[in-house]
Amino acid sequence: MTRAGGVTALQDFIDALDGVVACQPRFGMADPGAMRAGLRAIRDLPGPTIGTITVDAFTRERRYAKVASALAAGEPLNGYPIVHEPAEVTRGMIDGVAGPDFPVQVRHGAGLPGDIFEAAARAGIDAIEGGPVSYGMVYGRTPLATAIGAWAASAERWAEVHRARGVTPHVESFAGSLIGQLCPPAMHNAISILEGAFFLGHGVESISLSCAQATNPDQDAGTVLALRRLAERYLRGARWHVVFYHFMGLFPETERGALALIRSGTRSAAVGGAARIIVKTAAEAHHIPTLDDNLRALRWTRRCADEFRGEAPSAAALAWSEEIESESRAIIEAVLGLRPTVDGAIEEAFRTGLLDIPYCLHRDNANAARPALDRTTGALRWARAGNVPIPRDHIVQRADASSSAILDDLNYNRREHDRAARLEHHLV
Amino acid sequence: MTEPHVSSTISSDAAPAGAAPRMLLAGLPSDTHTWNLVYLELRYAERGYRVRNLGCCVPAGELLEAAGEARPDVVVLSTVNGHGRVEAVPLALELRRDPRLAGVPIVVGGKLTIDGRLSAEAQQELLAAGFDAVFSGEDALTEFDRFLEARGIARAGG
Repeated sequence: MTRAGGVTALQDFIDALDGVVACQPRFGMADPGAMRAGLRAIRDLPGPTIGTITVDAFTRERRYAKVASALAAGEPLNGYPIVHEPAEVTRGMIDGVAGPDFPVQVRHGAGLPGDIFEAAARAGIDAIEGGPVSYGMVYGRTPLATAIGAWAASAERWAEVHRARGVTPHVESFAGSLIGQLCPPAMHNAISILEGAFFLGHGVESISLSCAQATNPDQDAGTVLALRRLAERYLRGARWHVVFYHFMGLFPETERGALALIRSGTRSAAVGGAARIIVKTAAEAHHIPTLDDNLRALRWTRRCADEFRGEAPSAAALAWSEEIESESRAIIEAVLGLRPTVDGAIEEAFRTGLLDIPYCLHRDNANAARPALDRTTGALRWARAGNVPIPRDHIVQRADASSSAILDDLNYNRREHDRAARLEHHLV
Repeated sequence: MTEPHVSSTISSDAAPAGAAPRMLLAGLPSDTHTWNLVYLELRYAERGYRVRNLGCCVPAGELLEAAGEARPDVVVLSTVNGHGRVEAVPLALELRRDPRLAGVPIVVGGKLTIDGRLSAEAQQELLAAGFDAVFSGEDALTEFDRFLEARGIARAGG
């Protein structure tokens, strides 16, 4: 409930669910009326849902003249232009829709988020996401030091504006996604925790840590379990929960395959104890999902989450959780030891390659570490650790880093789930 | 800025010199996707190209600066966020005004519209703005390879 006394709408909403997972889409429309109608339809679905206002790509890149000219020319934008629209328009858009029983979060992808944070705060929205690494480095070309400074200032301003109104605002680290796929989970979890600590250090006391579905369901459940234990250890003083992203990479092309992948991810999230799921849709492989695609995906995810609620982790998931937790702890401890502040430690860690995101093209990323996807099980390990402090016996040899091997790896979930779906189709 | 903010450590720097065709690769200014760029870099490095990969969200100015240094035989813009059709037209006009890219083929490819379909009219508009070719749909890469061969950019036997 949004009221005085340091209360957070999103975290309160999550806490009150008592273990029932909240489902949330990615969804943004340029037109405020259409955006409002979409939010309302998402709110009215069965089970707890959270609304999203996804910001368009021109706004994300601060190309506001482009936003204006595209709108004037009637060209479609791929999200809501929150900086272009006056705060009253955004306020009116969510008025009577967003509330204690339906939190709304802004999702954006901006490397330099100041204007978007400001616009969201002015419109009375208290949940947002991103991070200096997860957006600053992965979604842009801003130098890391600049991004860290910009995110620190944005976080502090975000906390201050909301606190003045008696609200504790929320920030979610996007580090569960990073480059979208093929990054070993220990690196995701380590950066999630470091970004969480970064936000906490800049006055944001309500945080979510993210992790994403990858290519092995037991490993994915283990990732969630490990992330929860890491948050308990490293984020004392924060209110937090774990958010799980359905697979962020190449989606199956068949509807059956896509639904099976969503079901599998939802199961890993449930087993691991994630509080919130950001859903993907069966249309993912074909086009930017429509409202109907999202509503269908939210209903399907709800059904799957109910089906697997309370399922205990398998022995394999528990083993993965320990391996991932130990790798992440080694990374986090090494990074935090570099500098007295989290900000400085993150910057130095990328400079020295202790943090290294495989295939991330940003100039400040060492890009020396490489993943190894097990073609039989789908599990992700390290083929090369670069300077990341990964125990030698966790590194598997994998010579083939050709374009076709990468393409095969990127297509793993699509291939496996489409194949199974086609086979099933023939048998039924 | 004289150096693009990108580390190009994916392909080896040991690509054959001399006859190796040079490809300048970039994402459109508002497009944050990079797997398309990672894949294209590896694919054409394996085929003997010297690929300079500028990464995502490349503004026109940075692209032109890199073009001045790298003297590419072909400029490849790859996009998948659905804004390509809107964004690529003014970008092509701007690139075409600059002497550093005079006579250099510039192509764009990927998923250029939100619904993934590119009308003949949109394609014409992109070509008229200054692109030498537009590649979208299932056969985009095959068509791009044919284009490279037809223009004599591909390495013999590569």
